[in-house]
Amino acid sequence: MDARPAFELKSTEGGTRSFPAGRPALICFAKEDCETCNLVAPLLQALHEAFGDAANIWVVGQSGDGNTVFRDRHGLTLPLLDDADLATSFAWDFEAVPALYWCPDGATAETHMEGFVREEWQGLATTLSQTLGQGRVPVDWAALPAWRPGCASKHLDPDLNDRLRAAAENSPIRARRITIAPADDVAEFMFDQGFSDGLPLVPPTPERVLRMLSGTQRDPQEVIALMPPNMGEATIEKIAINAVMAGCRPDYLPVVLAAIEAICTDAFNIHGVMATTMGASPVLVVNGPIRERIGMNMGLMALGSGNRANATIGRAVRLAVRNIGGSRPGGTDRSTLGSPMKFTMCFAEWEERSLWAPLHVERGFAKDDSVVTVFAMTSGPVQIVDQESRAPDELAGSLGLGLEGMFQPKYHNMPVDSLLVVCPEHVDTLMRDGLYEKDRLRDRIQAVTTRPLRAMLADDTSGAGMTREAAAGLSPEQLDRPVPKFASPDNIHLVVAGSDAGKFSSAYHGWVTGAMGSQAVSQKIEDMF
Amino acid sequence: METILDPTDEAVPVSRQITPRTGPVSGVLGLMDIRKPRGNILLDELERLLAERLPDLDVRRYAKPTFTKPCPEPLRAQIRDECDYLVEALAD
Repeated sequence: MDARPAFELKSTEGGTRSFPAGRPALICFAKEDCETCNLVAPLLQALHEAFGDAANIWVVGQSGDGNTVFRDRHGLTLPLLDDADLATSFAWDFEAVPALYWCPDGATAETHMEGFVREEWQGLATTLSQTLGQGRVPVDWAALPAWRPGCASKHLDPDLNDRLRAAAENSPIRARRITIAPADDVAEFMFDQGFSDGLPLVPPTPERVLRMLSGTQRDPQEVIALMPPNMGEATIEKIAINAVMAGCRPDYLPVVLAAIEAICTDAFNIHGVMATTMGASPVLVVNGPIRERIGMNMGLMALGSGNRANATIGRAVRLAVRNIGGSRPGGTDRSTLGSPMKFTMCFAEWEERSLWAPLHVERGFAKDDSVVTVFAMTSGPVQIVDQESRAPDELAGSLGLGLEGMFQPKYHNMPVDSLLVVCPEHVDTLMRDGLYEKDRLRDRIQAVTTRPLRAMLADDTSGAGMTREAAAGLSPEQLDRPVPKFASPDNIHLVVAGSDAGKFSSAYHGWVTGAMGSQAVSQKIEDMF
Repeated sequence: METILDPTDEAVPVSRQITPRTGPVSGVLGLMDIRKPRGNILLDELERLLAERLPDLDVRRYAKPTFTKPCPEPLRAQIRDECDYLVEALAD
């Protein structure tokens, strides 16, 4: 066994005791309320009386004030050291008390025992006699039980252990620690520091962040993105801190990480998405097995409140953009109005509820992959109501007309994405006669929204659209040219979500797309299983 | 006492002083269009006025590829190497 970790601890007799001390040492960790520790206390006192002149025979107590009770109960005169903060117990790394170490050279443990096994303790007493050259220990070994189990060491208590791991020398935590004075309210402090999106935050204590990091196998210091506008280094640890604040569970973390990798690509362009006065924000759609595993909502109220995973994953991404990237309202976030999506917008697709290939499969992933797809959207969800259509093409037509209002009904031939969330009852109508292909729906949307170019001219009703001057240079044939709503059917993205009751689909309206704006990006999610 | 971890990138911005005003302006001035619509018109007018009032100034024009994305690093380096001053402008 290697040299045991050094310590300096207060003793109940006053002053401190240090290990190693340059003489043989018998160190026993114990706690006052452990039955087996109480069983061995008289033995340790007997060993101290027999060998105390030649070796340090110390008890390291885990009970704080209970140490005094323990001492008085057994009339101990041996040094009883205080490890109430459990840092020494954690560093020595054992499982049960009493945990006994015999270090004949004063530093390296030759013998390590946990719990009580009479033969082992009797053998140890013999070893001490032989090594230290003293007489027999006056103990009636036959009166003692042959075996007693120990108690779990206090430092393994799950709540305490996370704190100890976070504070230990080999802790993965590198972020600056902020100590909040007892007189300050931590929730108010975080508001004052500007960490919040306006709603309360969960305090990112080291132990919570450590638990969050258990959600990934990736190195906490891995930089997964440089986040504009500050080009801040988005490490796994920093993202985990923001995920804690957002209220995430550790098993959500891989989704948050994948979403952040996706939004920080040049294609998605989170800087432009945040900076635009149009008020864009990321919309996250999750596909694959992780949806069920972490309990995401893809059914009733999928786009609304009430589900922890949906709500906090989207919020964690937004908080990371705010805190790591430095994009804040009034700074580089310049939205004229903004939208509730600036808080959070994340949901899962109900892949099993339609005959369609789900979004991630359409985008080139395997069905069993877990994938998050990010869209830059400026508004939504905007409801499209049709409770009357019974034929597939009728309903598809309604969905198209519902989308024609995107930005402004006059605007057509738009290189702008939309994300149409088709509800189950609408899916049933579309599929009444069998599979209604996604491309057929896209074509139908384009067909019903096609208008002659002359309908897009500025006029007295609305000055938006093609200017009168530009229109004056066009021939009647050119003004009759049919123009659909979207520049391409590929601008129409389709997913399924919602409850089984209600003929209400919804659409998100995009921002500038293409190389100069933002393009949807799909990122595979780390598989932790 | 409660301890929390800093959720920010922990960057400490460098504080900079305004360059001392020396009176006459000479050297190379960059005019950068961030590519918002009509930004070029604003900069054309600015360039004309500068040429009238500061004929010794060497004015050079630059443009970002798109206003929606941060300035590419090579363009930043080029401007740093070539210019004594830069005016970044937009119109809409």
